[in-house]
Amino acid sequence: MFSNLLIISFTFGYLALLFAIAWFSERTAKKGRKLSNHPAIYALTLAVYCTAWTYYGSVGRAATNGLEFLTIYIGPSLIAPLWWVIMRKIIRISKVQRISSIADFISSRYGKNVTLGGVVTIFCLLGILPYTSIQIKGVASSFQILQESNASELLTNIPFYQDTAFYLAIGLALFTVLFGTRDIEATAQHEGMVMAVAFESIFKLIAFLVVGIFVSFFVFDGFADIFSQAASSGLEHLFVMQGDNGISEWFWMSVLSMMAILFLPRQFQMGVIENTNEKHIDTAMWLFPLYLLLINVFVLPIALGGLVYFPFGSFEADTFVLAFPIAFNQEWLAILVYLGGFSAATGMIIVSTIALSTMVSNNLVMPILLFNEGFQKKYQHKLGAILIWSRRTAIFLIILAAYLYYKEVAGQFTLVSIGLISFVAIAQFTPAIIGGIFWKKGARLGALAGIIAGFLIWFYTLVVPTMVTAGYVSEELLTEGLFGLGFLRPQSLLGFDEMSYITHGLFFSLSINTLLYVLISLFTLQTSKEHNQAVVFVDIFRFSTSLDASVIWKGQAYLPDLKALLVNFLGREKTDEALNEFKTQTGKALSQKNFADPELVNYSERLLSGIIGSASARILVSSVVKEEEISMQEVLDILKETQELKSLNEELREKSEELKIASEKLQAMNEALRLNDMLKDEFISTVTHEMKTPITSIRAFSEILLDDDLPESERRRFLDIIIQEANRMSRLIDQVLDLERFDSGRQELNIESTDVRIMILEATDTMYQVMKEKGLDFNIELNLEDLILDLDEDRIKQVILNLLSNASKFAKSKVELSADVKDGFLRVVAKDDGKGIPQEEIPYIFDKFFQAKNQTSKKPIGSGLGLAISKKIIAYHQGEIVVNRIGGETCFEFSLPINKDVLKLNQLSNHE
Amino acid sequence: MSKILIVDDEPNILLSLEYLFKKEGFQVFIARDGEEALGIVEKDLPELVILDIMMPKVDGYEVCKYIKQKSDAVKVVFLTAKSKQKDIEKGLGLGADLYLTKPFGNKELVNKVKGLLD
Repeated sequence: MFSNLLIISFTFGYLALLFAIAWFSERTAKKGRKLSNHPAIYALTLAVYCTAWTYYGSVGRAATNGLEFLTIYIGPSLIAPLWWVIMRKIIRISKVQRISSIADFISSRYGKNVTLGGVVTIFCLLGILPYTSIQIKGVASSFQILQESNASELLTNIPFYQDTAFYLAIGLALFTVLFGTRDIEATAQHEGMVMAVAFESIFKLIAFLVVGIFVSFFVFDGFADIFSQAASSGLEHLFVMQGDNGISEWFWMSVLSMMAILFLPRQFQMGVIENTNEKHIDTAMWLFPLYLLLINVFVLPIALGGLVYFPFGSFEADTFVLAFPIAFNQEWLAILVYLGGFSAATGMIIVSTIALSTMVSNNLVMPILLFNEGFQKKYQHKLGAILIWSRRTAIFLIILAAYLYYKEVAGQFTLVSIGLISFVAIAQFTPAIIGGIFWKKGARLGALAGIIAGFLIWFYTLVVPTMVTAGYVSEELLTEGLFGLGFLRPQSLLGFDEMSYITHGLFFSLSINTLLYVLISLFTLQTSKEHNQAVVFVDIFRFSTSLDASVIWKGQAYLPDLKALLVNFLGREKTDEALNEFKTQTGKALSQKNFADPELVNYSERLLSGIIGSASARILVSSVVKEEEISMQEVLDILKETQELKSLNEELREKSEELKIASEKLQAMNEALRLNDMLKDEFISTVTHEMKTPITSIRAFSEILLDDDLPESERRRFLDIIIQEANRMSRLIDQVLDLERFDSGRQELNIESTDVRIMILEATDTMYQVMKEKGLDFNIELNLEDLILDLDEDRIKQVILNLLSNASKFAKSKVELSADVKDGFLRVVAKDDGKGIPQEEIPYIFDKFFQAKNQTSKKPIGSGLGLAISKKIIAYHQGEIVVNRIGGETCFEFSLPINKDVLKLNQLSNHE
Repeated sequence: MSKILIVDDEPNILLSLEYLFKKEGFQVFIARDGEEALGIVEKDLPELVILDIMMPKVDGYEVCKYIKQKSDAVKVVFLTAKSKQKDIEKGLGLGADLYLTKPFGNKELVNKVKGLLD
């Protein structure tokens, strides 16, 4: 119906359009406008789930199994609400850990294990390669139908150089290399590719909707018409769930597709690696199911319509979509439908290939190269180039391999069966991943055993039968079982033959897989590194801000070595950029004496992980780092700490500040104590000296009285002296004890409401006589009106007496006591007209035992403690005592606050 | 009859010493501080000086230094409450003939002073 040339030019024209879109998007992104950073684009890219299998195969499956095709779309729709729990976590882990693929994810979770990454990669290749090849098949057969060549003659028989599919494959490989391996960083987003895939998702949806509308409303007279015609053709069984196992089939198929939507390499690539914002999940959670609904609306009508319209197998059900436009000579519609199918196929091929090539380069090629130390040393500076070329080579090889598989094998199977077999292969990763992000005990050995066992069963129950069908293996295996053991028949293990072929394979592979994973995990001990990763994965939301500090690492790294490593992959400029970012992010210096900070080592490893995968990065980093074994206990301890790292850091900072202050205080206190000790020594020595004076007199006169027969008057005089000196001594002792109590803070005041006026008058009462004896004028001037203060009356009286007694000792002719209230303080002043205290002695006048040196030889009687005690008493009352020389008079003045609260509040706390 | 000077800033101690030595037949001069003591030393030429250390104006050490510089013949007896070893060493280092601490026994003091003068 169409010339080859026309179809080919449309095909390559479409491919050119993809190139243009990708190129344009990347250019826009470079200018800073990322088109892909939109939730709708994100949801659309997830629709890479719908491949040629959906486009052609759903109709095919609906034509044979009825509604069952829906399960493949119900699963993803059902699990979409759970994305917020699962996808978000996987995305966060992957972004934080710079994970580049599903293989990397699993390997990283289980201690950055090389073997596990390699195994997953190989199984992905095995699982996805046939799937990719059926996409080529889908394109090729639609191409063939469009040419109206004989459908039964297989295209696979023509040599590849005449095969358009071959050139298409090369074109796709080129596109993938161009837009999928631009950046060495595997975790980097491929803006152009993403936009191209989003475009393809829209394109295939529109094309499918258009043909659906055409069939339903132009060929037939609406849905009702199709269903009634189908019913009359005996196709009712397709409208309802079939058979006894209907429910269980639906269940298992839905479960299968749930796992597929999460873990298919292309879904992981689009959903996780290319995700630019976790919040996009919110939109995708409803938009993606909606997309699935739309693309499935017309599946059953087209299938039923096809069965009604093309009754005798003139077209395979897989190709009904294309058959209708051709049968009705709608050329442009046929081209549109063809291109829609083409877009569905190419989207899948491109994305899967990128994902697989990353896995191959990072989880197979790199570890193998890096394990060879000689190679690593020799080619270290070229590793970056080797990496990116290995990725490009892998893309070509994968696409070519898919093409070859298509030529050799794929012709034998329908689209859907190969698709489902692929799904089951991918499902084998589920226990390791889901367990890995929710169960800390999940262990490497368990994951490895589970995955390998699952794959072996997958191979035996699902792949081997296809090989039998294709004639590679004797049919006896199917009927008799392995070694003739009936319970080992691939399609009915242990005699289970109730289930369908796919469900059976899924059930056994996944059950054994899960069982092994759980059991072995329970009974194996994780290594410290593994446990570290497990904790970080499971508790990612707690660690994501402090990841570099949460990955426990002990050892020494030489900064220049580390830097050289980064330069190999990132280039000098980007390396410096990254290191600067580390500095600003952590506020830490890069190194001390050229040794890198452990956090920097983790950071570098993470950078490398994004490029070569976590396991390879591990190998590389440990090659430049002298690492010490770290015990599980250390890991546990440090993790526990880093969980609260932030708050702890803050606390620590505060604590250290407090500690500093405390230590300063302590130092000051120590100094004070030392001084105090010295003062105490001095005090004691002074006190004993002062005590010896009265004792000396007492002893001397006592001996005189004892030895001599004295006249009565003399005897009396000497006894008087003895009594006088004894009194002096007891006074001294009292004062010393007083002062000691004040000094140690044990002195308690007997605070009572006191009328100040009365108190002062009582205190001065006894002084009149003394003053009179000394021939001094004594005046009192009180400017107080009913002032009541809370104070220790006896103590304040003691101060007043002390001041007056001092004044009386030095006064020439008069002493004056005055009291008034000023500025909220009671002021009491004792004045004398003595010659005053020399200026230089004023600072010491209130010290203990300080007695003015310029006292005349006629030494006044006093202990030298009076003023010191007075000062204490006033200080205990929150007051102040000073001495001034005003107008030729010496003025001792003390003041007390009138505010009672202040007084009470501080009376005990303020002492020296 | 020997002339002695007693120097102390404590009136009662001074009184007791004056009584004690007068009774023993000494000619007693008294001074209440270092300054006064030096004047008496110049004027009355005592043969022996009983000297307190802690006194206003001029302390006992200064007085001892002055006396011993002037004439080694004048005996000096420190009579003080300062009983630390370093004070004793300092006092004897200045040339004092005796260092006695307060409180003292009357007979012992009188005997020692007599001994010095013999």
